[in-house]
Amino acid sequence: MRNLKAVLKRELKGYFESPVAYVFIIIFLLATAGCTFFLSRFFDTRIASLDPFFVWHPWLYLFLVPAVGMRLWSEERKSGTIELLFTLPITLIEAIAGKFLAAWVFVGIALALTFPMVFTVGYLGSPDYGIIFTSYIGSFLLAGAYLAVTCLFSAMSKNQVISFVLSVVACFTMVMLGIGVFTDFLNSFLPVWISEAISAFSFFTHFQSFQRGLLDSRAIIYFISIIGFMLTANAVVLEMKKAE
Amino acid sequence: MIAVESLAKSFGSIRAVDGINFSVDKGEILGFLGPNGAGKSTTMKMITTFLPPTSGTARIANFDIWENPLEVRAKIGYLPESAPSYRDMNVYDFLMFTAEVRGYDGEERRSRVVRMLETCNLKEVAWQLIDTLSKGYRQRVGFAQALLHDPEYLILDEPTDGLDPNQKQEVRALIRRMGREKCIILSTHILEEVEAVCSRAIIIDSGRIVADGTPEALRSRSALHGAVTLELIGAKDRDAFAELQKIEGVEKVVELTDEDKPGAPAVDNDAEKPGKSSLRVRLFPKKGVAIAQETARFIHQRNLEVDAFTLEKGDLNEVFYNLTRGGQA
Repeated sequence: MRNLKAVLKRELKGYFESPVAYVFIIIFLLATAGCTFFLSRFFDTRIASLDPFFVWHPWLYLFLVPAVGMRLWSEERKSGTIELLFTLPITLIEAIAGKFLAAWVFVGIALALTFPMVFTVGYLGSPDYGIIFTSYIGSFLLAGAYLAVTCLFSAMSKNQVISFVLSVVACFTMVMLGIGVFTDFLNSFLPVWISEAISAFSFFTHFQSFQRGLLDSRAIIYFISIIGFMLTANAVVLEMKKAE
Repeated sequence: MIAVESLAKSFGSIRAVDGINFSVDKGEILGFLGPNGAGKSTTMKMITTFLPPTSGTARIANFDIWENPLEVRAKIGYLPESAPSYRDMNVYDFLMFTAEVRGYDGEERRSRVVRMLETCNLKEVAWQLIDTLSKGYRQRVGFAQALLHDPEYLILDEPTDGLDPNQKQEVRALIRRMGREKCIILSTHILEEVEAVCSRAIIIDSGRIVADGTPEALRSRSALHGAVTLELIGAKDRDAFAELQKIEGVEKVVELTDEDKPGAPAVDNDAEKPGKSSLRVRLFPKKGVAIAQETARFIHQRNLEVDAFTLEKGDLNEVFYNLTRGGQA
């Protein structure tokens, strides 16, 4: 555990010592605010709800989270420091979990910095704070799932750009699985129970349950297992590819 | 003790390391020699548990690389090839990170890092990003990282690579000093380094050990070993040639041209001694016969004017070349 902490601290410090962190946070805040106020027309709706804010998260994370996570293993493999890391007395699990958690905490910090949104809506009306709370939880879990996917693809390529593109495509697929257009398309040639099963794997549908104010254990378990599965795959890929 | 037992590694159909066996004791400095791609680095990566072997195993202080990889890592200080380090960190933070992972806390952690900064002459760059450092400094950062926990076992992959001649000397002195109480394996393709540092050398080629012994023992496998090189002044007539042939134990006598003389430009030689004819010859002994004494006596008897008398120790380059090009030394 202490090694996990050491890796986590090192990674997290790495984010804040480079301009990437600040660029990311500023873009994230501008984009969430921009989408909420201009695209969703937050004021025009005249509803004291942060729905117009959270609804954009799956789409913003699509690009921003892979940008945060793409370097995690790519860089390590490219610069050869992976050899250093895995000849120190650190287990594979500690290293993977440490890196993942560092990036997750970082995204969490960016997410927490959207707190003025809560004040705004609280000032304008009386929103359901329970829904806001569960939505934040959902958004954080969603970001974790995106990040776990990114970790996996980051381990696959030494090239950060390739890692980024593959992660975006994979995350996009995971979101689209639950979108109406896509399920309709699947329904056109697959039995309903199969297309239902496929859309049940979507990030989108599970995120929506949090937006309805539910802390649905199934959705929580879903995100946690996605993260667990992706990180396990990450370990397998690393074992296979670390020598290249 | 490091014991390597029929260690092998294949990458696809390529047999990078092909069943090697050796062991290294405390107080030994083992030099790993071999052409590029011979399997030196791969072997080191397996001993340090970075790469799983295809078959075979290694034990470090009785910890098996399969069964106790973390204990093995804790025992070893490892400097990977080209000394990778986190370039986005400064030297101090990087060493603090390795110290933390090595299990040091608080004051102990700080004092170890500070000591390493001193030992490796890194004090003046302690707060600089590793990315901004020169190759020599980065190599030293790698050294500091490997030595931080004062490991009993050191594995150094081309430790002097990229250093300037002075730094090379420093590092070699450091390794020799540490070699007294540690067990060190280092790889290199610089043969002088083996002679300067190592108490034992292993030459590996295409994943197999082709020679294992002290640098002196390896050198003695050279055809040059035991030969005597003479520079005779005023030996205009070639009679001397025939005479030298008669010395007991001499197999053959060869006249050396200037190209054979290592490190001496031909022009220089002629310019210094204009008109003076000197003859440079090399006397090769019969197998296993020492000819130095006989030669000296002969020179004395004949009152030959000798400018230089060298007893050749043998050339490691030649041995290396013969062993790794399919020839026989």
